[in-house]
Amino acid sequence: MLKWIILAPLIGAIINGLVGKRLNERLIGLIACASVAVSTALAFIVFFTQLLPLPAEKRVITEHFFTWLSVGNFRADFAYMLDPLSGVYILFITGVGLLIHIYATGYMHGDPGFYRFFTYLNLFMFMMLTLVLADNLLVLFVGWEGVGLCSYLLIGYYIDRKEAGDAAKKAFVTNRVGDFGYMIAMFMVFVTFGSISFVAKDGVPGFLEQAATRPVEAFGVFGIMTGIALLLFVGATGKSAQIPLFVWLPDAMAGPTPVSALIHAATMVTAGVYLTARCSAVVVKSPTAMAVIAVIGAATAIFAATIGLAQNDIKKVLAYSTVSQLGYMFLACGVGAFTAGIFHVMTHAFFKALLFLGSGSVIHGMHEEQDIRKMGGLRKYMPITFATMMAGWLAISGFPLLSGFFSKDEILWQTWATGALPGGWGKALWGVAALTALLTAVYMTRMMVLTFFGKERFGAGHDAHHAAGHDEGHGHHGKPHESPASMWIPLAVLAVLSIVGGLVGIPKALGGSNHFEHFLEPVIARVQTADNGHAVEPAEAAPAAVATAAPAHPAEEVHDTSTELALTGLSVLLGFLGIGIGFGIFNRNPLKKMPTLLENKYYVDEFYDAAVIGPIEHTSRDLLWKVVDVRIIDGFVNGVARLFAGLSDLLRFTQTGYARNYAAVILIGAIIVISYFGYIAAR
Amino acid sequence: MKLITVITFLPLLGAFALFFHGLFWSSRGTPKEKLDEQYRWITLFFTVVTFAASLLILTGFDRSIAAPQLVEKHSWIGALGVQYYVGVDGISLWLVILTTFLMPLSVLASWHVSKRVREFMLFMLVLETGMIGVFVSFDMFLFYLFFEITLIPMYFLIGVWGGERRIYAAIKFFIYTVVGSLLMLIAIIAVYLYNGGNSFDIVEITNNIATGRTVIPGGVKFWLWMAFALAFFIKVPLWPLHTWLPDAHVEAPTAGSIILAGVLLKMGTYGLMRFNLPFFPDISQKAAPWVMAFAVIGIIYGALVAMVQPDMKKLVAYSSVSHLGFVVMGIFAFTETGMQGALYQMLAHGISTGALFMCVGMIYERRHTRLIEDFGGVATPMPQYSTMFLIISLSSLGLPLLNGFIGEFLILIGTFSSTVPYAKMFAVLGATGVILSAVYLLWMLQRVLFGQVTKRENAELEDMDLREKLGLIPLVIMAIIMGVLPMFFLQSSEKSVNSVREAVMGKPEKVAVKILQD
Repeated sequence: MLKWIILAPLIGAIINGLVGKRLNERLIGLIACASVAVSTALAFIVFFTQLLPLPAEKRVITEHFFTWLSVGNFRADFAYMLDPLSGVYILFITGVGLLIHIYATGYMHGDPGFYRFFTYLNLFMFMMLTLVLADNLLVLFVGWEGVGLCSYLLIGYYIDRKEAGDAAKKAFVTNRVGDFGYMIAMFMVFVTFGSISFVAKDGVPGFLEQAATRPVEAFGVFGIMTGIALLLFVGATGKSAQIPLFVWLPDAMAGPTPVSALIHAATMVTAGVYLTARCSAVVVKSPTAMAVIAVIGAATAIFAATIGLAQNDIKKVLAYSTVSQLGYMFLACGVGAFTAGIFHVMTHAFFKALLFLGSGSVIHGMHEEQDIRKMGGLRKYMPITFATMMAGWLAISGFPLLSGFFSKDEILWQTWATGALPGGWGKALWGVAALTALLTAVYMTRMMVLTFFGKERFGAGHDAHHAAGHDEGHGHHGKPHESPASMWIPLAVLAVLSIVGGLVGIPKALGGSNHFEHFLEPVIARVQTADNGHAVEPAEAAPAAVATAAPAHPAEEVHDTSTELALTGLSVLLGFLGIGIGFGIFNRNPLKKMPTLLENKYYVDEFYDAAVIGPIEHTSRDLLWKVVDVRIIDGFVNGVARLFAGLSDLLRFTQTGYARNYAAVILIGAIIVISYFGYIAAR
Repeated sequence: MKLITVITFLPLLGAFALFFHGLFWSSRGTPKEKLDEQYRWITLFFTVVTFAASLLILTGFDRSIAAPQLVEKHSWIGALGVQYYVGVDGISLWLVILTTFLMPLSVLASWHVSKRVREFMLFMLVLETGMIGVFVSFDMFLFYLFFEITLIPMYFLIGVWGGERRIYAAIKFFIYTVVGSLLMLIAIIAVYLYNGGNSFDIVEITNNIATGRTVIPGGVKFWLWMAFALAFFIKVPLWPLHTWLPDAHVEAPTAGSIILAGVLLKMGTYGLMRFNLPFFPDISQKAAPWVMAFAVIGIIYGALVAMVQPDMKKLVAYSSVSHLGFVVMGIFAFTETGMQGALYQMLAHGISTGALFMCVGMIYERRHTRLIEDFGGVATPMPQYSTMFLIISLSSLGLPLLNGFIGEFLILIGTFSSTVPYAKMFAVLGATGVILSAVYLLWMLQRVLFGQVTKRENAELEDMDLREKLGLIPLVIMAIIMGVLPMFFLQSSEKSVNSVREAVMGKPEKVAVKILQD
């Protein structure tokens, strides 16, 4: 059954890929959506009828498909594993994926590459599901690289646009840098544990199980577990766009908007978080790695949020917002709150997919305009898009009781109360995260205000644009228009999910019982403190006494409800404050000039060009090729050739052609040979 | 006469057929164009039949045996102990099939050759016999003979049907490889003499050395290893002996490039597995870190230089230097994963690089230029071609589920778990090749296929015709099959590869889990 969840979209991709060119749009869309619908239905059936009924500690369903590689001691099967973690993932991947497929049939209507688009999109679903259902690191890597490929193909979907091609290449190459780390991590796992499988195979226990029995490495010690965890995290920074490899994601917005929603917001980019949570048994053994993950996560969160403040392309705002939110998720992983991270992955999938699809609807209605400075007042023209996007906006801003509120708040609280990091770190990181929450509310409000509120700023330019005959077939009224049902229905569904999606994880402090966390708990490693003397110092303010040698789970052993509630109140306040600031500034002055440094994204791309790409290219061309290859090696070879040519010229003089000269040479030779043998004999 | 002999000499028979066909019909005044067409079909016929015959090997091949199979053995030059000894083992099996598979496709790729068609096709067929001969010979004398035979047709293919600097390239190719093979000849004779001077039998000598019956004295051993190794390193080519390759590739006609990259280079890595490792296990072990160092330099250097090439063919040529570096590294890891990966990478590289050269050849035929800057936006007029080119590039850069990944991955993990000194470091350095190959290939695709059509000449390019599809699609299909079902291939080579590995390492690989020291 599991394999059909994965294979259904592949079949769709193959059909559309091979014969899609000859089919009409409706049929192509039907094939694509139906294949994902099959997958979705199966995923829900398996999850609710097979996985959930199992006792909590035994919730694993495995399925062997075929043995892919078995060489020497190395073995990797195409085998699948459904447990609570992959279960959560397949539900939102297939669910959100299906909605986006439906949306795309409307969005891509009339595009000449319609079949190609859906081939790639289905292929993506196949790869993404392979990634999360894989039962070992290598097949996970197959999906990992596979989604990267689909991302490449879809970013570069508009093949005749240079910037799309450049962005696609950049995405792939940047991801490959991360994959390098992933591969080395995989090698280390193999030589350390003799298995790269998550589950036991042929009597060899899975590596996570083995890792769980190893001691915790002291903070600051670079042991083997630290190495593996950090290298896996390098892979995660590529796929999930964290510092320093985040640069590809904003550019990736060159792809069609449904792609941005599905791949670059809801699913693929969270693969890094998945990997980290999946390998939590390794990660928790290294406080060093956790600290790095937490710090990079927090740094990325605030860094991207500041850039998001100053972007004018609606999709770029959302892209930096995604980078920032992914930072939150890693922060959660780094402080040991993996379940909170996954919770945020899920709620983010809802509200960010919603926001992206909404932005697509806006772009569609505005006839391909993406610059929010040229919008304004759109709520009048696009009421459904506006209403649904409002849900997404409030959710991401942390409006109480919406989905984003619960997940973000959980991360903030767990960061504050963490026992995984040395004392004080948690508070500092909380500060960064809280500030980011404020910034998030500000930039999202700015985006909403510039798009939907205030005066219309499209007037003349828009009409001229339209009169030029652009966008035939989108209806010929000069004003922005609401999108068709195939587009707004998915928006509505996602809006509902964004509003209620957080209810599965209401924390105890708010009177809930956090089902989500308890569901995931069995497959997520608990944070342990070092048992070799370098114990984690107790957190001062929050008396979360986790420094005991016994495994402790942050914020669970001690229900410090009052602190948690106070912090929750504070973060709600920050959210409202951010929205207020956003309205206050941008409703009055929508075109307010933002700092140049932020507008130019801190010049990171320029820095990479100058410091990395340029020098490598220069060295390769002007040193390795033109000097080492051509001058030195070939110079030597040709020199030897000339030397021999010269020598032969010399030797030519011996070939005089006179018999008497040859006779003389023979005589001399004979004398030498005879005297040599004579000498030997005489000895 | 048994199957292997038939496969080996069928192409030669085809060459004779061509020769006499031409002799007979041209004297009867058949017009040249018509004759040329017939030559092409005759060649295609013989190469296809040879391929079909080579598939029969699979039916008789026993995967559980390490030793040569389907053997045919006769005394040939009795006085010297030279035998006609042919057969296949797990190492040569797929290399033979790779050769016979690539040949008909190369013939299709050279359908538009119009200069001296008969001679061109004749050389192709002779070349095929030579290449198959190299892989099926289990007698050193015979091996050497075939090894040298391949030189001559290749020399002419480059020198007569090549590009502008063909003479320089052909001579460079010839001198480089002749230097190597002369050294090898000396080494072969020396090994023959140390073994008692009565047999060139590779299997026998391997056994004698393994059991200590034949002892090559210490001082000489290193030099003999070196003589063999140099011959093969030049052929591979291992950095820094690679500079003949870009020139030869650039000047060679498309079919020449396909065969050169697809098969001839593998004769080098094959030789290393067949001679250096089993004949000189201790020297091979000692040399391993050095060889790996050169291999890793080749991986990175080849990729970096490939990245900045303005000429697509040169780019692919340098990428071969990089990819073959992986193969050499895997061989000298002396782990099953590494060596199996190396063998797999040989096959995968044959498919992918052959196809890449074919792709370059196709647009060269249309535009008579291979410079990247002369293209741009080709995907718009040639969508099918671009799809194929993309898939093949992805297979070359090692995307999982395509052929290139399996070899690279096994090599890297095999090297990482190797006991050779510094192997872990080399594996990590080699893995950067994974990043770089994506850079040079995708950058090339970006400049050639994507973006706006910038030059008017490119706007009207015609997509692939039937002949071109017949040439390229089988390679694309193979790339996918080899990526999805690698065990089908790897199972056949397992025993033989392990026997070579054990010849070096002595005992079976430790099954126990080795705990990495911190």
